[in-house]
Amino acid sequence: MLVHSRTGKWAAWAVFFVLFVPLFAVPLLVILAASFTTNWSGAFPSGPTTEHYAAATGGDSLQALTTSLITAVSASLLALTVGSWAALAATSLRRRGRRFLDALFMLPVAVPSVVVGLAVLVAFSKPPMLLNGTRWIVILAHTILVTAFAYSSVSAAIVRLDPMYEQAAASLGARPSYVLWRIKLPLLLPALTAAAGLCFALSMGELSATMMLYPPDWTPLPVQIFAATDRGSLFTGAAVAVVLMGTTLLVLLGVARIRTRASYR
Amino acid sequence: MTGGATGGIRFDQVSVAYGGNTVLDRLDLTVEPGEVMALLGPSGSGKTTALRAVAGFVQPASGRVYLGDRDVTGLPPHKRGIGMVVQQYALFPHMRVHDNVAFGLKARKAAKAEIPERVAEALELVGMAAYAERYPRELSGGQQQRVAIARALAIRPGVLLLDEPLSALDARLRSGMLAELARLHRELPDVSILYVTHDQVEALTLADRIAVMDKARLQDCGTPQELYRRPRTEFTASFVGNANLLPVTVADGADTVDFAGRALDVPTGEAAGGATATLCVRPHLVGLGDGPNALSGTIAEVQWRGSTHRLYVDVDGHRVKADLRELRETPALGDTVTLHFAAEDAVLLPAGTAPGTGGGAHA
Repeated sequence: MLVHSRTGKWAAWAVFFVLFVPLFAVPLLVILAASFTTNWSGAFPSGPTTEHYAAATGGDSLQALTTSLITAVSASLLALTVGSWAALAATSLRRRGRRFLDALFMLPVAVPSVVVGLAVLVAFSKPPMLLNGTRWIVILAHTILVTAFAYSSVSAAIVRLDPMYEQAAASLGARPSYVLWRIKLPLLLPALTAAAGLCFALSMGELSATMMLYPPDWTPLPVQIFAATDRGSLFTGAAVAVVLMGTTLLVLLGVARIRTRASYR
Repeated sequence: MTGGATGGIRFDQVSVAYGGNTVLDRLDLTVEPGEVMALLGPSGSGKTTALRAVAGFVQPASGRVYLGDRDVTGLPPHKRGIGMVVQQYALFPHMRVHDNVAFGLKARKAAKAEIPERVAEALELVGMAAYAERYPRELSGGQQQRVAIARALAIRPGVLLLDEPLSALDARLRSGMLAELARLHRELPDVSILYVTHDQVEALTLADRIAVMDKARLQDCGTPQELYRRPRTEFTASFVGNANLLPVTVADGADTVDFAGRALDVPTGEAAGGATATLCVRPHLVGLGDGPNALSGTIAEVQWRGSTHRLYVDVDGHRVKADLRELRETPALGDTVTLHFAAEDAVLLPAGTAPGTGGGAHA
């Protein structure tokens, strides 16, 4: 700790709570409260109910949850593969080539996601690349949006990876592909799982590009929440949001467990 | 499957440059099968670069590298069949000890049934059989180094490259590992070892021959005894054993040189009269008191080293080092003392570019 005196520590904690609670904790708690409410006209909600959860975990919402999960898992796996591949390939490039690749992969993050959504829509609406109206266009857009994060976190880890492991392996007679599978990727596993978690979380929450692209039979959860609140069903929307939040956190927790095991080996 | 069955390393005019900066300049050196060759030099002398050229991690700008009679200059590292151990061990942190040792065998597709036996044998050789199930992070530095050696030896290489293998260990562990390496070499008499170090004790103890490197060039090469007793260059004399180097002029008479106005009797060999030369005398061969080749001067510094006293004596502006058996009375700074040395303990070297004043590096 940087603060040493006792009162200083208390003050630091107090400032932390004053800033943290209203900014981060309260909005989430309000959503949670709202999801159990039938009526919220005064300062506090009233009419406790679990009815919204019945709606949020069945029918269209359940369908949307599955859609979101499939989209997020596919997009993050694709992004991880493409991003790691590019990051590994970038190490053998000269500086200028690497800068170019960095810039290329950062582009989808720098550009607003609405623009990315529109770009994907325009690009893939005509044969021979006709993806519009299918689930693939949603997965593709998500992949494009999250690959940047996979690329940058994996390439940061590669820079930190000591080349001596690779060289020791090579001197023992391991072909480059063998070194990749047995040495590099296992040593990069913590970074890979971190990147996977990040990509998954981003994809689960993606709304703006998805709005422009989703076909009627492929409605991810954020779209469902938006639709519910848009037609005034605020509390149902809140329940769906809690389901989205819970599912995402659960998956991230699982990924984090894999990661600690990988980094402790 | 054995690595490079034919041992021996040969450098043929090997030069390495990084962006116009020559870090290894036309190295010619042969390591015989079964020989331990130490590459000794200060940092930046090119010794590690030479080792990495054998391993295949640096590509020579010119010249060829041979393993046995095989030209490996253009070969990628994994096709060279060498064993390598580096200063930081480089054990794979995600693998247990036995998997680390088995790595090279699996990578080379050794027969599956043979692997456990070879791993056990290699671990036995370095006394680490009891640690096969551990992860590298659960081992001490010395144990990790043993595993690294076992891993390199498991592939039965014809050539073993050791890059400062003891530098990361503390002094006590280092002398133990040094004995261990000497024993390993006796048990594996066919393996050629290229041993890179900046530590002259390691080189003198372990090597059959020492190649002294400085400023990207090979300065000298010979057996430890030759280099220590009969160094051929000033650099060797000062780097190996930290000798006194005194600028002298060869006198016309037989076996006499002139040092700051004094006549000293030393074997001059074929040096011509009137030529400038450098006189090399080991500090521990310098005695205190009057005798042949007496040099008197004032004490500039005294270091007590337990069993010895190191005196630095100013003789007409030249600093002479003397290692004396522990003195009962420590001489005081500024005292005038007389030093002497026997004629047969001195070696006359051709004058180099920078005549040493004997001040050199305090070792």
